[in-house]
Amino acid sequence: MADNVKPRVRVPSDATAGEEITIKTLISHTMESGQRKDGDGNPIPRSIINRFTCTFNGEPVIDVTMEPAISTNPYFEFQAIVPESGTFEFTWYDDDGSVYTDSKEITVG
Amino acid sequence: MKLTRRHTLLMAFGSAVAAILPFRAFAAVEDNITAFTGGAAVGTGGITLIAPEIAENGNTVPIEVSAPGAEAIIVFAAGNPTPDVATFNFGPLAAQQSASTRIRLAGTQDVIAIARMPDGSFVQASQEVKVTIGGCGG
Repeated sequence: MADNVKPRVRVPSDATAGEEITIKTLISHTMESGQRKDGDGNPIPRSIINRFTCTFNGEPVIDVTMEPAISTNPYFEFQAIVPESGTFEFTWYDDDGSVYTDSKEITVG
Repeated sequence: MKLTRRHTLLMAFGSAVAAILPFRAFAAVEDNITAFTGGAAVGTGGITLIAPEIAENGNTVPIEVSAPGAEAIIVFAAGNPTPDVATFNFGPLAAQQSASTRIRLAGTQDVIAIARMPDGSFVQASQEVKVTIGGCGG
């Protein structure tokens, strides 16, 4: 599962201090729910991303706990305040222990 | 087909089971809601849940929740095999306590969002989504 997982994040490259920006994230992942069965009728084991966090310079923005009811290729859109220039860090935690990260710089001009 | 006493009894039994099943699914959600709220009363207002009235494909149903000032929002799908969907915890840098995502729905059912406010109160919003093709496989 750890292969073919590709995070994609959209953050504006610059903002004014205190501005409210919209962040969109998408990560490719099958999010196997554990409810499905294969051709022989055996259940396919659950394999999902169970947590997603976003921080800005270490300060939390959002922390999402995910259950199997989240669709394939989990997508999130949310709003953040940008007090200063810095880095948004995005982290996804997989059931199998893998951690996927991405980061985006933003400049306050 | 002749309607015998046996058939009538069977049909009565069948409809009784059909009546109980949705109630049991609902009870599971009640347990999960209690786990989140700790049994506190849940009010209304101050929370918005945007979901389509009709979803053609239950595999990806776009939803949006927003509750200004909330600490956390939890989303349930009352008719799914496991009703939990997601919990959004908002940090100090969240500009608005709102988020959008895409969820799976096994069939036509109520989607419920409950927000926990900083003063410890809870508010809820729910909407029925009609699903044409279910999204839990099987």
